Order: sequence, then structure tokens, then C-alpha cells
Amino acid sequence: MGIDVRNKVNPDRIRRFQDYANRIRPQKTVGINLAWAFLVGGAISLFGQGVMWAFEHEGFSSQAAATPTSIVLVGMGALLTGLGWYDRIVKRGGMGGSLPITGFANAIVAPAMEYRSEGLVLGIGAKLFTVAGPVLVYGMAMAFLVGVARYLLGTS
Amino acid sequence: MTFVWAFVIGGLMCALAQWVLDNSTLTPAHVLVLFIVLGALASGFGVYQKLVQFSGAGATVPLPGFGYTLVEGIDQAVKQKGVLGLFSGGFTAAASGIKAALIFGLAAALIFRPKA
Repeated sequence: MGIDVRNKVNPDRIRRFQDYANRIRPQKTVGINLAWAFLVGGAISLFGQGVMWAFEHEGFSSQAAATPTSIVLVGMGALLTGLGWYDRIVKRGGMGGSLPITGFANAIVAPAMEYRSEGLVLGIGAKLFTVAGPVLVYGMAMAFLVGVARYLLGTS
Repeated sequence: MTFVWAFVIGGLMCALAQWVLDNSTLTPAHVLVLFIVLGALASGFGVYQKLVQFSGAGATVPLPGFGYTLVEGIDQAVKQKGVLGLFSGGFTAAASGIKAALIFGLAAALIFRPKA
């Protein structure tokens, strides 16, 4: 009935490792990140509101104007990503650059560009949905569950 | 006034996402998935609709607004077609956004070369 010594952990070693890991882990500038995310995300949303306002002036109802607005923003996000400018927005704004729909376009274009060398089908074609894929899968799954719940409760 | 709220609400949502990113081990992709799911959930409880009403693009431009579009699309389709709408609704409402992303994304990936 020998005890396997290899599985014995030395609590002191663990503690020393954790101290070490905490020391070398890069310090996060949380406050500044938050401020930039707020500013960049707010600015993009404000721009979106401007586009929406323009479409409303062209005779779209305020609900219908959301659709052409997202098309314009997606197009701009794709273009800026292609030019290499959107990366800078994300680098500074973090989720402020990634969470708006322009960031969704960025998440579609960036990996597709990067894996271009792997071919049109398995490179660009497959990588277009690297991030958009999971977003659509789980977004759609949740929306479906909500729809079922509303249907069963008769609130839809 | 909608313009001010668009900036504030859009900014706050992004700051919240940034806070989650900085205070967890999640990757940006995980945070995006989390936020579209939260958006769909909030729409289910009727909360997100109110946010859209007073902040306009501040609620529809960030990714949770995409979840809202899906939920609303399913809702309208169910009203028109019954149970079948549960399956046809979401993508119909989001079609233009997804298609735009696909077409523009493909075009950009074909035209531009990555820098560096």
C-alpha cells in the first residue's frame, strides 16, 4: 500500500509559484481601458445614430432605418479593416471597437485576410466566420429559446 | 436628445464589455458571444426594447442589438405564421446585416492584403 509521492503537492511551492505568477503578470490599466472603451464605443454609436438620422430624413421609419444603418456601418468596418485602420481603433478602444457592429465586420474580415494564403475555400471562405460563426450560433440559439418561451407563454 | 443617449448607452455597453474582458479569463470572442446572448435574453424580458426607444443606435449598433433584432424577428414571424415563425424569423430579420457582412467581408478579404 505504497503512497505515490509524485502526487504529493508541496503547498509552499504552490504559494511561491502563485506569488511569482502574480508578480510577472502584466498589470492591467483597467480604468484607462474602461474610459477608452466608453469613448470609442460611444463615438461609433453616435456616428450610427447620425447615419440613422440621415436615413430617417430620406423617409425611412425609425424602425426601418436600423437596417440600412447596419449595412453602412458593416461596409465601413470592412473597409477600414482592409486598410488596416480598424486594428488601431481596437488596440486603443478594446471592446469599444469590437462590440459595435463595425467590430463584427472587423472580426469577419481580419481572419479572412490573414488566412488568405490557405486558399479561397479553406482560407478566406472558412475563416470569414471564425468569430461571426459562434456569435451567430449562440445568438440564434438564445433568440430561439426566447421565441419558444414567448410562444408557450402566449406573450408574443 | 437621442444623440446624447446613443453616445452614453453605446459607450456604457462597450465599457461593460471591456470590464468583463479585463476581469475574467474570457477572450474577446467569448465576450462577444456573451453579449449577444445577453441582448437576446434582455429582449425576451422586454428590457432591451425600452433601451432602443430612447437611445436609438446606442442600443442597436453594439452587438446585443443584434440579439434584439433576432428576437424581434422571431416574434413578428410567430405572429404571422405561428410555430413555423420560430424557425424562419431570426435570420429573416438579420438577413441584411449578415449578408452585408458576408459580401463586404469577402470583398475586403479579396482586395486587401494584411499589413506587417
